[in-house]
Amino acid sequence: MSYNLKEWAKRPERFTGGHRLCAGCGASPVMRTLMRALKPEDHAVVSAATSCVEVSSFLYPYTAWEDSFIHSAFENVAATISGAQANYVAKKRKGEDVPNTKFIAVAGDGGTYDIGLQALSGAMERGHDMVYVCYDNGAYMNTGIQRSSSTPQNAATSTTPAGTVIPGKSQPKKDLTLIIMGHNIPYVAQTLPLSNFKDMSEKCEKALYTPGAAFLNILAPCPRGWRYETHRLMEMCKLAVETCVWPMYEIIEGKLTLNYIPKEKLPVEVYLKEQGRFSHMFAKGNEHLIEEYQAQVDKDWQLLQNLNEMK
Amino acid sequence: MARREKLSGNEAVSIAMKQINPDVVAAYPITPSTEVPQYFSTYAANGEVDTEFVPVESEHSAMSACIGAQAAGGRAMTATSAQGLALMWEMLYIASAYRLPVTLAAVNRALSGPINIHNDHSDTMGARDSGWIQIYSEDCQEAYDNFIQAVKIGEHPDVMLPVMDCYDGFITSHKVENIEIMEDEEVKAFVGKYNPPYHLMNKEKPMSMGPLSLPFYYFEQKRQQAEAMKTSIKAILEVAAEFEKVTGRKYGLFEEYRMDDAEVAIVILNSTAGTAKDVVDMLRDNGIKAGLIKIRVYRPFPVEQIAQALSKCKAVAVLDKADSLNGAGGPVFTDVTSAMFGRVDGVKVINYIYGLGGRDVTTDNIKEVYDNLQEIAKTGKVKEVYNYLGVREV
Repeated sequence: MSYNLKEWAKRPERFTGGHRLCAGCGASPVMRTLMRALKPEDHAVVSAATSCVEVSSFLYPYTAWEDSFIHSAFENVAATISGAQANYVAKKRKGEDVPNTKFIAVAGDGGTYDIGLQALSGAMERGHDMVYVCYDNGAYMNTGIQRSSSTPQNAATSTTPAGTVIPGKSQPKKDLTLIIMGHNIPYVAQTLPLSNFKDMSEKCEKALYTPGAAFLNILAPCPRGWRYETHRLMEMCKLAVETCVWPMYEIIEGKLTLNYIPKEKLPVEVYLKEQGRFSHMFAKGNEHLIEEYQAQVDKDWQLLQNLNEMK
Repeated sequence: MARREKLSGNEAVSIAMKQINPDVVAAYPITPSTEVPQYFSTYAANGEVDTEFVPVESEHSAMSACIGAQAAGGRAMTATSAQGLALMWEMLYIASAYRLPVTLAAVNRALSGPINIHNDHSDTMGARDSGWIQIYSEDCQEAYDNFIQAVKIGEHPDVMLPVMDCYDGFITSHKVENIEIMEDEEVKAFVGKYNPPYHLMNKEKPMSMGPLSLPFYYFEQKRQQAEAMKTSIKAILEVAAEFEKVTGRKYGLFEEYRMDDAEVAIVILNSTAGTAKDVVDMLRDNGIKAGLIKIRVYRPFPVEQIAQALSKCKAVAVLDKADSLNGAGGPVFTDVTSAMFGRVDGVKVINYIYGLGGRDVTTDNIKEVYDNLQEIAKTGKVKEVYNYLGVREV
């Protein structure tokens, strides 16, 4: 089925308005797109790790989820959903009448790259028929912008401030998507809200309807943590792609395909200078920080290109 | 009809699990509970159960998966010990708060550190206020019987709380006893089908579970949970009565052993009760009015009943196989004395910490406790309230 934004927009809203996510937050379009990718007749059980999405979407007694939803804790969303999915398998084995159901785990980068990595790895290796969606905003935004292992190098956060001696986070971002590739699961992809949402929508659909474990890493810019004006969300995404800071690719049965190769890869400055968290990198004498960032992006991009050509 | 079989505690519990045929068993290996999921995985591998066995990557995930499964309307179970239970800690509270009747075989083992694989009660005692019903089992028969009852207690509509069946690591988990096993059909009929009114798999009535709940609602939610725990005593006794009808085996909140006219008594949990009952018999043979109370239901704590049962004694020793390290006494001691306060006057109560890290407890040790109690009963004087039994002190 070819993608048509108008058609998609007509699908029922299963992550409803009234939630408390910030204006300009990337997580909201991610959740809406993800839930739209479900077939209307299918039921979904969504589990969220403790996160912005969780606390903003289900503040007792209001819920933004039209489907069933469970939050249990921070580090265990993959395990919680795998239990629900295992129950589904058992009920079917017993011949009980259960609705066709999709199992979805949602977490931020803190709940995925850091504290939830063990449970995620376990669930992926066990191969539950589920989709794990990481909405990656590159820090613990819910608790006040502390660094995570997804925070990009040199970014200022509340625990890696741009100091006079240490200029932001010292280490490069962890490459989680490729770590998940190492789990031999049928579908892994990286995407983000971009232009008409074609890439993200199609990947959500594929992830949901590929039997077995699937993983989506979706960039979800955060106006509070990144420090951009709320109306500029989509520009942040566009720049992340054009600079190759956040390449879009998918790994189907272990084969990696880049879904977009910019004709002219933009220098990282154009992405960095739009965000307050990188502003110290533009101070006089800090030129090497930008060079360092560019070198890391180039290296990561080269690796992806090599993997892309291996197929 | 029931059948007799020679089984270890772990094997008996795994057979109970098989007979219940739950939807999900999620478990992670840890000595001495490991055999339970081992046996169970064989049943799953051979198609003897319909259960989805989830070999998770940690105990935290085991309890999380049980929560997910139970929230989805399934029956979920696990087994663990010591560090495993400690790693589950966070999720124990969440299982009970979400009113999910998960069933846990808690095979008691000493908590690190230092690391030790042998039995004491430091693991489950730490979880005593996690909102789980805790039932303690003296031997293999009780471990089996209590596990089956645990399912029915937890799922009782007035209760809806998770239940742990606690039995002593190695002493009960690995000893082989000749016990009575119910027929599969009897177990199935006894536990019935689990039909929670709300669950995640109901497409017509989807639900959200586990909200952010701020000061305006949280307190009432906890209050309801507390009420369920308090009133579960009634359900526990109802289930015991039903169980007796099927099996002829009688269970209460605690067992009173030769307590009728007892002047000196000890309060104890699990396997050491067996050793202590022998001592009671010996003392009775010598004309000493000794008795024993073995607590079965520790959470909820039967405060009035315990106080009443001890009200006629002159001196009581509470034996704790876990130390609270609080400078005041062990957990069971604290609960028993609190229960007696304002309800019973004039009974001297002392505490002994015993058997930590699997230190053997002999009849001589228990005799020493009763000797002290007789001395207290005679003189009315307590030398030391907080005592240690069978430890080397330099």
